[in-house]
Amino acid sequence: MTDASPIAASSPAAFDVQRVREDFPALHQDVHGKPLVYLDSAATSLKPQSVIDAVTEVYARDCANIHRAVHLLSQRATARFEEAREKVRAFVNAAKKSEVVFTRGTTEAINLVAHSWGRAHLREGDEVLVTELEHHSNIVPWQILCQQTGATLVVVPMTDRGEVLREAFEEQLTERTRFVAMAHVSNALGSVLPVAELIALAHDRGAVVLLDGAQAMSHVDVDVQALGVDFYAFSGHKLYGPSGIGALYGKEKLLEGMPPYQGGGDMIRSVTFEETLYNELPYKFEAGTPNIAGAIGLGAAIDYFASFDIQAVHAHENAVLRYATDAFEAVPGVRLIGTAPGKVAVLSFLMDAAHPHDIGTIVDSEGVAIRTGHHCAQPVMEHFEIAATARASLGIYNTTDDIDALVGALRKVQELFG
Amino acid sequence: MDLRELYQEVILDHGRHPRNHRFPEPHNREARGYNPLCGDKITLRLQLDGDKITDIGFIGQGCAISQASCSTMTEAIKGKTLPEVQALFSKFHTMVTSDEGADDLDALGKLAVFAGVREFPMRVKCATLGWHTLNQALGDESGEATTE
Repeated sequence: MTDASPIAASSPAAFDVQRVREDFPALHQDVHGKPLVYLDSAATSLKPQSVIDAVTEVYARDCANIHRAVHLLSQRATARFEEAREKVRAFVNAAKKSEVVFTRGTTEAINLVAHSWGRAHLREGDEVLVTELEHHSNIVPWQILCQQTGATLVVVPMTDRGEVLREAFEEQLTERTRFVAMAHVSNALGSVLPVAELIALAHDRGAVVLLDGAQAMSHVDVDVQALGVDFYAFSGHKLYGPSGIGALYGKEKLLEGMPPYQGGGDMIRSVTFEETLYNELPYKFEAGTPNIAGAIGLGAAIDYFASFDIQAVHAHENAVLRYATDAFEAVPGVRLIGTAPGKVAVLSFLMDAAHPHDIGTIVDSEGVAIRTGHHCAQPVMEHFEIAATARASLGIYNTTDDIDALVGALRKVQELFG
Repeated sequence: MDLRELYQEVILDHGRHPRNHRFPEPHNREARGYNPLCGDKITLRLQLDGDKITDIGFIGQGCAISQASCSTMTEAIKGKTLPEVQALFSKFHTMVTSDEGADDLDALGKLAVFAGVREFPMRVKCATLGWHTLNQALGDESGEATTE
């Protein structure tokens, strides 16, 4: 910041969204002859130039495989890859770097735990708890696991506002509950679950807990040690990083006791046809050449995001969300789906006049990108007895102007369909 | 991109007030159609006498394009023979997926209002859901048609 006035200096909440927007090249384009208004960050966030540059630099300069060769390029690539792991560790406040496993994303991280921890520990009669608002990627792996082990999948219902309440959770938690898998933040509704409280309850019963943090990382504070969570899964591409990279945090004690997820190079210490000794953590779970550029890009994304006062970023997004919520209330025939107190970054909605798919096409013609459909959360749609919603979702770069553009586009929908 | 090309009055009208939005009795064929992308669902029932569709209706929910397409389809094929229906589907499919069908618009009658769909590739599945479901119903076995 060049402004050295006392007010700016003493105000850490100062957050210049216009300057932030300059960092994201994708924002500066026209679609259908209109300036792009990007309101689909819950699907994937746009990428700042520093992330794009970091990825490019890997291929342009440090292009080598990691943990292998003695040549300089491989040394540089390995060092940057491991620096990225340290950045992830620090960002989620894991105790050790060895507790951070790189994966393709949240989905692979969840599948890793279901496959490795789940098959080793679950038996017939055990219960796996999920909530009603989960993304399919935090339902299906557990369903498959239950089919394979004879365990039972138990669902904690949500309220009509889209909340998961302590009482409902406690009601489903039993002596048989061995594992709890739940979202930190709902992708379809924006609800923030009271995870610290729920994790403590689950631990009291001796259950192991995984949080799906895909939607949480850029919108709420994530401190795995403070939460006491056993596993935390997230994706880079919803944190302004590249797609195809994410990470699994796991407590060392648990990861140590788990068999490998996939076999291959890098995850071994020695191989003979009689016996293979596995590598130490986290490499035991990183078979094959990983997404090196992706991991380094994720490191750059964390650098970028952490360069801001994160509380100010959250405050900015929450202010835009409040503005949007008020603006929506002023449009007749619009109904919000998901009204949990304290929700973040997501406005799922319906219009009397038009189906979500038609809304999506019409607002797109106005340059406004939103998501329409079931958001990979069909049980959520079933709860509200709807097939789909339209969903506007926020990122660090969104402004109240974006909301005005969306509301203007919704009026177009009403004109056409009204 | 002109939205009015896509959302023509006929489509808006049929989307709001779908025709043949009922189950015909008697019926001897049924199929369900589902578009997993947007959750559009229809159930189509029809009476096939010999090779002629003597009655047809559907119940469903979905976007204006899918519901209007289903609605206009039922109007267009009632009383038609199987070869006539196949010819119509083929022309319709060509119209919404490529420019080649443009010369044939007259043969499609009211269905020609869907010509604008080809400018919106993400919406082709909406426009063809009813037709794929019809194909399913006219096949050997009833079942579920999907656009995926």
